[in-house]
Amino acid sequence: MAATQVVRSEWTKIRSVASTVWTLSLAVVVTIALGMLISALSRSEFDSMSTRDRLSFDPTFISFAGMSLGQLAMIVFGVLVVSNEYSTGMIRASLAAVPKRGTFLFSKLAVATALALVVSMATSLAAFFLGQAMLGEHKASIGDEGVLRAVIGGGLYMTLIALFSMGVAAMLRSPMLSLGILMPFFFLISNILGNVDATKKVGRFLPDQAGSKIMQVVPPLGDDTPYGPWGGLGIMALWVAAALLGGYVLLKRRDAQ
Amino acid sequence: MIELEGLTKRYGEKVAVDDLTFTVRPGIVTGFLGPNGAGKSTTMRMILGLDHPTAGDVRIDGTRYDRLEDPLTCIGALLEAKGVHPGRSAYNHLLCLAQSNGIQPRRVHEVLDAVGLTAVARKKAKGFSLGMGQRLGIAAALLGDPRILMFDEPVNGLDPEGIHWIRTLMKSLATQGRTVFVSSHLMSEMALTADHLVVIGQGRLLADTSMAEFIERNSRSYVRVRSPQRELLLDVLHQGGITAVAGGDGALEVDGSKAEYIGELAARHQLVLHELSPQQASLEEAFMQLTAESVEYHAHTGTPVPPQQWGDGWKRG
Ligand SMILES: Nc1ncnc2c1ncn2[C@@H]1O[C@H](COP(=O)(O)OP(=O)(O)OP(=O)(O)O)[C@@H](O)[C@H]1O
Ligand SMILES: [Mg+2]
Repeated sequence: MAATQVVRSEWTKIRSVASTVWTLSLAVVVTIALGMLISALSRSEFDSMSTRDRLSFDPTFISFAGMSLGQLAMIVFGVLVVSNEYSTGMIRASLAAVPKRGTFLFSKLAVATALALVVSMATSLAAFFLGQAMLGEHKASIGDEGVLRAVIGGGLYMTLIALFSMGVAAMLRSPMLSLGILMPFFFLISNILGNVDATKKVGRFLPDQAGSKIMQVVPPLGDDTPYGPWGGLGIMALWVAAALLGGYVLLKRRDAQ
Repeated sequence: MIELEGLTKRYGEKVAVDDLTFTVRPGIVTGFLGPNGAGKSTTMRMILGLDHPTAGDVRIDGTRYDRLEDPLTCIGALLEAKGVHPGRSAYNHLLCLAQSNGIQPRRVHEVLDAVGLTAVARKKAKGFSLGMGQRLGIAAALLGDPRILMFDEPVNGLDPEGIHWIRTLMKSLATQGRTVFVSSHLMSEMALTADHLVVIGQGRLLADTSMAEFIERNSRSYVRVRSPQRELLLDVLHQGGITAVAGGDGALEVDGSKAEYIGELAARHQLVLHELSPQQASLEEAFMQLTAESVEYHAHTGTPVPPQQWGDGWKRG
């Protein structure tokens, strides 16, 4: 059994269900639209800002503000790609066709991740340029130091969010359970942990907080984060690796259902 | 050929499949029979490597399932639970299975045609009736043109025309020299299609026999006699060396004697008969007796019924 056959099969699966299109389009639209809105608001507020705030004004990071919401659609995409197999019972047909479970899982992840990467990179680029257009005279340029890294990093961040969700869904199998844990975690809990002083030091090692460091060009004043942009993305990648490993081990050991 | 060796599956405390050893041979239809919850579907899932056996092992033409190169071209299966994404079309469902095993897309059209789903090939599976879903499952089983086919309750949800079609299909697949393994909990259904029978009850093997032998041993014929002078009749029969057992409805059942002889005997003693009829026990009854026995054995002694004794159960009853 050649892995290329399985990859082709997974591509057919992913392109033949409607959820792929609506989750990814939602991620694109929400990320870009919300980014533009917040960029436009920031521009009008700039003049009333304190000097302190102006010093740490980060036009690049502001144009990615839509990702906080857009990533939720990415999470739904990642969860559904994997958990659909279980909720529909297709997993039995799939594993009867591809009994090498590692080949099955990693072919599925490869196809979904490649698709997520293309969409995320395009989204990140569009969010940056459209956001900068909204920022007017305060805008950053793609040639400025660290900006290109942030734009590419934004695409990688969204892709890793999707991949992390796939790993969690591979462990939990149920779409409702996976979404019920991931959505509130990334939308609420992580934010709370990251903003309360007592938990801040731990909170910044969570996947989304560590990963989003890569989109920052101007660090906040008095920033004492113990890792840099790539270090943060590395921490996020470790989370992803752990989720995928857990998903793989459980898939290997469990009965197919 | 499918070979099971000491195959056992436990779900927690529950033993679903208990030390099954048998071989499913090519060229014939092998019926896999057992009442609800006997472990048929579990056994079939283990054959496909979907459920991990607690003990024992399965070989497909001598190979472990997960070592098969493109397994769909070797063994095709229709499973109990329909596993189709409701939003995916029949064509795409079959296409993704075909691609994973290097099967040409042309073959997808062939099997859709064979099961009569060509007209709805591009329709989403969520609109499919029970029978259409079953046909789609059968199409998936045929996809790789495999030497071995396995069907879990294939007639479920099919109309009479569909049932006739699947019976003919299974027989023709076997005639082509393929291995055909089909489960059912209806003996009458198996009597029409199967050449060989494997019967299980509570996960244990109860019978592994040819259909012909099963019919021969179980087509018990007896005579049913009813008389208002029941006690007198019993005496007369006893004197004539005939043992009768009580049947339902106040009737007597007599094994191994002709109706004519019993009638003449009664006439000689001037007994009134209200019924005198030769009877044939149905295979369904024989099957129920057989599986009911397994429950008793299980409860009292905890030892499995040796396969060779399977046909004798009802005689002791
Ligand atoms: N995944 C599972 N977890 C726990 N118990 C299970 C599981 N699958 C099956 N069982 C149990 O194992 C036993 C055998 O079930 P199985 O579905 O194999 O029977 P069956 O012969 O196919 O029955 P039916 O004719 O109703 O389809 C049942 O008691 C069932 O409850
Ligand atoms: Mg069953």
